[in-house]
Amino acid sequence: MAHSSNVIAHPNDPVPVIRDRALWMRRRAFKMVYDAQLGHPGGDFSAIDAIATLYFGVLHYDPKQPELPGRDRFIMSKGHATGALYTALCAAGYFEESWLDTYMQPQSKLNGHPNRNYVPGVETNTGPLGHGVPVALGIAIAGQITGANHRTYVLTGDGELQEGSNWEAAMTAGHRKLENMTLIVDRNRLQQGAGTEETNSLDPLDGKFRAFGWHVEIVDGHDHEALFTALSAPCKGRGKPLCVIANTVKGKGVSFMENQASWHHGVPNAEQFDTAMKELV
Amino acid sequence: MAQAAPNTADLFDCRNAFAKTLEALAAEDSRITAVVNDSIGSSKLGGFQKAFPDRLVNVGIAEQTMVGVGAGLANAGHIPFVSAASCFLTGRALEQIKADVAYSNFNVKLIGQSSGVAYGELGPTHHSIEDFAWLRVLNNLTLIVPSDPWETAEAVKWAAGHEGPVFIRVSRMPVPELSVANRVFQPGKAELIRQGSDVSIIACGTTVHLAQAASDALAGEGISARVLNMSSINPLDETAVLEAANTGAIVTVEEAHVRGGLGGAVAELTVRNSPVPMEMLGFPGFVPTGSVEWLFDHFDLSETGVAAAARRVLARKRT
Repeated sequence: MAHSSNVIAHPNDPVPVIRDRALWMRRRAFKMVYDAQLGHPGGDFSAIDAIATLYFGVLHYDPKQPELPGRDRFIMSKGHATGALYTALCAAGYFEESWLDTYMQPQSKLNGHPNRNYVPGVETNTGPLGHGVPVALGIAIAGQITGANHRTYVLTGDGELQEGSNWEAAMTAGHRKLENMTLIVDRNRLQQGAGTEETNSLDPLDGKFRAFGWHVEIVDGHDHEALFTALSAPCKGRGKPLCVIANTVKGKGVSFMENQASWHHGVPNAEQFDTAMKELV
Repeated sequence: MAQAAPNTADLFDCRNAFAKTLEALAAEDSRITAVVNDSIGSSKLGGFQKAFPDRLVNVGIAEQTMVGVGAGLANAGHIPFVSAASCFLTGRALEQIKADVAYSNFNVKLIGQSSGVAYGELGPTHHSIEDFAWLRVLNNLTLIVPSDPWETAEAVKWAAGHEGPVFIRVSRMPVPELSVANRVFQPGKAELIRQGSDVSIIACGTTVHLAQAASDALAGEGISARVLNMSSINPLDETAVLEAANTGAIVTVEEAHVRGGLGGAVAELTVRNSPVPMEMLGFPGFVPTGSVEWLFDHFDLSETGVAAAARRVLARKRT
């Protein structure tokens, strides 16, 4: 089954658009966090370039028909990075920008973690870590059963991979040779409290996934061209699920946030907000 | 009049009714899929696997992934029946049931097999008596506890046609087909098994036939004991419970922990609206070693145990 003809069309060279959207997403997400005085901006900024690449260069979808059966799926397994996810969905046309002004306010549709029952474009409710990969696996298996042409992308944090459920699902994806499934690891090397390697080391991460039967690509997670190349490569005939290890910087784009674990859920004061807006241009 | 104990030839393992019904449904609807954790045999799904090999997804011994895969299949338009021993399905994958199924509100059917103390001598690790307490607080999740093969089949058929998360607790301990005329399965609706006005016995699953027998025994003593089959724990038939409270005394009976299950649900409702003395029969927690039959007897899940509980609560009844 081919993708429906009414999905959005990406330009032949989407990289300039991706770059433009990623900048907008960073600025808008930081304003959401500033206004709410809540959020996870460090992880938003490490993941934003991969997510912008998906929505503005790779995924086939129609924001006016979020339940379109043949759509590609993106699952944000690190559900706390809603600054990145909500700005992407907004820029993709799933909802009005005014929604972003309500981020984490009472009765807002935009909870701190995404809820598919309120927010179009959200594929499954995430928040507790280690849930996205098994759900993505189920969607990919559905494609395998019916021969549907859709692809499923899931993004996890790197610290999140300490949850065992990811490895259960990774084993099954490898076993079933699910070439329609792609996992992006936001490899910023920091978790909430400290570095991943000092907490519970993940390296050699590529070797782990290869041993589980995955094809692995390692890219600069802020290089839109490299991300686009890895994520848009045809999957037919690869015979394996794809793991893209995106080497990233937590807080990428704002000097005082970069590589600081404290910005996992740190929030800016007025001066920091102004500085960030000057840097994010 | 007390009923004779059913002949073992007339007792049925409800897993067979589940599997047969699911196979028939799958033949009619290609969206129906089974997801298991190396539990094909214990779920009686060998026939399903043979008939629909592509639609039997075995993720191996990985319950969290099993439930997540169910949610993913539902996302893609399938109707997954996620079937595994209830102790592992509900205990190991509780957060997936909460977040991926109930909170996400996906059209996933969870089938808790060999529930309660069916695994008897294997011990509390393999018993699933906590599942009611864990699951009945989850919004969106319909929780059904069929009493016999007929009701198991009806619940599976209903679940396949219902858009939304469902948990069906399937028993392994052999039970008789209930002899009740004109049965209709309706979630959220209690089934009146015996009329009665002195006391009400509210039972579910494997204990309904015991309650029925106890009511018949009590009738011989001049005690009129109503029996309700409360096969739907969530939503609860609040009207039937409050009408039961009007008899002035309630006994609840379940193959589950005495805390947080059917008894707890009934008590929560009556204490706010119509408080009455209650007796709650079930298991106290981690039980000693014993066969399922021994455990039922030892903890008063028997005709005599239920009748005795009815007499106790009647003695406390306000006059």
